[in-house]
Amino acid sequence: MTDNRFFNRSELIGILVLAVFLVLVLPLTLDVFRLNLVAKYLTYAFVALGLVICWGYGGILSLGQGVFFGLGGYCMAMFLKLEASSVENTKIQSTPGIPDFMDWNQITALPLFWKPFHSLTLTIAAIILVPGIFALIIGTAMFKRRVGGTYFAIITQAVAAILTILIVGQQGYTGGINGMTDLRTLKGWDIRPDHAKIVLYFFEVGCLFVCIMIAQFVRHSKLGRILVAMREKEDRVRFSGYSVANFKIFAFCIAAVFAAIGGAMFALNVGFMSPSFVGIVPSIEMVIYTAVGGRLSILGAIYGTLLVNFAKTSLSETFPELWLFGLGGLFIAVVLAFPNGLAGIWGDYVQPRIDRLIASRKPKPEGWTDSSVADSAPAE
Amino acid sequence: MSDETNKGLLSPLRRKLLMGMAAVPAITMLPRTSFAQAPATSAVNTTGLAVTDTEVTVGILHSATGTMAISETGSIEAEKLAIEQINAAGGVLGRKIKFIQEDGASDWPTFAEKAKKLLVNDKVAAIMGCWTSASRKAVLPVVEQYNGMLYYPTFYEGLEQSKNVIYTGQEATQQILAGLNWIAKEKGAKTFFFIGSDYIWPRTSNKIARKHVENVLKGKVVGEEYYPLGNTQFNSVINKIKLTKPDVIFTDVVGGSNVAFYKQLKAAGIDLAKQALLTISVTEDEIDGIGGENIAGAYACMKYFQSLDNPNNKAFVPAFKKMWGEKTVIGDVTQAAYLGPWLWKLTVEKAGSFDVDKIAAASPGVEFKGAPEGYVRIHENHHLWSKTRVGRAKLDGQFELIYETADLVEPDPFPKGYQ
Repeated sequence: MTDNRFFNRSELIGILVLAVFLVLVLPLTLDVFRLNLVAKYLTYAFVALGLVICWGYGGILSLGQGVFFGLGGYCMAMFLKLEASSVENTKIQSTPGIPDFMDWNQITALPLFWKPFHSLTLTIAAIILVPGIFALIIGTAMFKRRVGGTYFAIITQAVAAILTILIVGQQGYTGGINGMTDLRTLKGWDIRPDHAKIVLYFFEVGCLFVCIMIAQFVRHSKLGRILVAMREKEDRVRFSGYSVANFKIFAFCIAAVFAAIGGAMFALNVGFMSPSFVGIVPSIEMVIYTAVGGRLSILGAIYGTLLVNFAKTSLSETFPELWLFGLGGLFIAVVLAFPNGLAGIWGDYVQPRIDRLIASRKPKPEGWTDSSVADSAPAE
Repeated sequence: MSDETNKGLLSPLRRKLLMGMAAVPAITMLPRTSFAQAPATSAVNTTGLAVTDTEVTVGILHSATGTMAISETGSIEAEKLAIEQINAAGGVLGRKIKFIQEDGASDWPTFAEKAKKLLVNDKVAAIMGCWTSASRKAVLPVVEQYNGMLYYPTFYEGLEQSKNVIYTGQEATQQILAGLNWIAKEKGAKTFFFIGSDYIWPRTSNKIARKHVENVLKGKVVGEEYYPLGNTQFNSVINKIKLTKPDVIFTDVVGGSNVAFYKQLKAAGIDLAKQALLTISVTEDEIDGIGGENIAGAYACMKYFQSLDNPNNKAFVPAFKKMWGEKTVIGDVTQAAYLGPWLWKLTVEKAGSFDVDKIAAASPGVEFKGAPEGYVRIHENHHLWSKTRVGRAKLDGQFELIYETADLVEPDPFPKGYQ
């Protein structure tokens, strides 16, 4: 319990299993089209990972993660769009050299806030900093005033709605409801062909594991313990002399930055960014991924994201007119029967059997949950 | 026409078989090759598309769920009807058309994902699909990258042209200019008030309309307002209309917002029998939701109305209703969607191949005499030559044809002087 290692044994094995699954099993068994779909699903896994820290551990339910996903995605998309809008690519326009949607909206010069996105370094900085600082501002404004719980969730929804309206309304600067489409190259490297998709997939998986490590670190550090304590009894933590607001702000910012990285990956892998990822509905969907996977389990959230998105794709391919009902049924079934999601199923049913097997023989154990205090359901 | 088709028309058995399926366009357009021995697959499919000796697979990609489902369902139905009719008439190059339907779910990236799935996994020979500009913009890079063929049915803003897309709806200048000319002449209109939904199509359409009003008609635009998609509060703009008293209200409000807009217009005492209103976004499908009593008297400007009086349409409407129910209505886009499979079939037969490159090259000049809207022809820029028509909404939700251009209007997706 008090060890300072990142993982205990079963967590380490769980991460290794995930690594084998993502790095070996999927690329070897799927064609490039399906692998690219997995890459798209995994972009949401970043968001789910952030929600585990922020919601599962910190108890802060944010229904506006789409905002940060969108900010990260738009930063990346702006860079890619500028590169795709070179003068020779856009000579058909009345003002060549600016993105096509600006030309359609009678804008004749690149707006000032677009200029930094000519540089990849500044773009990467913006992907982290813009959502980070935005989350810092929202978090400070809310948590310092002790706004929490439902009110916080509602405000994050409002922010998501506002940002969507802003993006849609300012279509000359943002591409409006169409979003930014036709993203082509990254520093001259074509991101569209199959081999590029494979490279991007592995790059994304790498980033995901870095984020998993960060999340593991947060969870196992003293910080993680304080977050759990805060979730369970906020006043006691405050009376013990901790600044509850600062810890909450931190958890919220981390979730925001993870979501933004996911958004940037999305723009790269899908070649597309639009306000339909920013609004209330996608934000709630992202919470659902986490809930299905198990909001207390880092790896559960990733499997949950993959499962829900996979179900979404295959159901909609098989039943184009009825699939939403099937998906809705799946959510209701999971939430009713297994309130702790996939990780709960694993922890309650599978892990004990494996433990029993280990007790009798000595096979290889595997799993992604431990049975520490932090992983038990909140005592609400 | 060949002897064979004449025989087909006269033979009572054939006639009976085909009657329920709008035999007239099918028969009049039936080339001899359909009945001839089908050419070898290796000869007509050199790029690995889903073509066998007996079947060819195409994709249907629209929103069957989500906010756009209400509009796109008609397109899905029309495309399925066309495919069934083509199959009943012998298929394409002796092959039956099989379709794979995918749901874009009113979500633009889903459209892109599904388009990719259709092209990469299913190797479809063509995609009939997309509706909103946003979905088309999402799908366009995909069909260009994987060299697919998209038949896109909606009237849209123009400023686009692709080897891999056939635009079976009208582009903005084709749809708008003749209507504005007519209303300026007929009503002596000098002042116009523009109201639109806030996205690329209304904004571009209004930009073109404004240039035309100011530069050609020498009139004046006294107001131009935009509302977010799904907006239901139009009271402030209605007050502005009452203040400025424009000769014509010109609207491109889309989707569900129309219901609120026309009801509030009526509640504010603006009588469309006296106040001229020209819409480019309300078809029979939308009137279904708005209610005929709320919009009766308004003028709509597009290329097709369900009430058109010509032999093709008289066969098409009953066939559509027979397949999809008496209560269904057929709007402009539904009709344009119906053209997609037919134009593709005719182009494949002209090219003698399913290869996308050959179809793209063979498309210009392809004519379809069986179109419910009348004769259409594909232009070099992959849009259709088509007539522009003005209809007046009636209480029963149908349009009465008031005016149509004498000739087909040339599509001009990059209009000079209107940018």
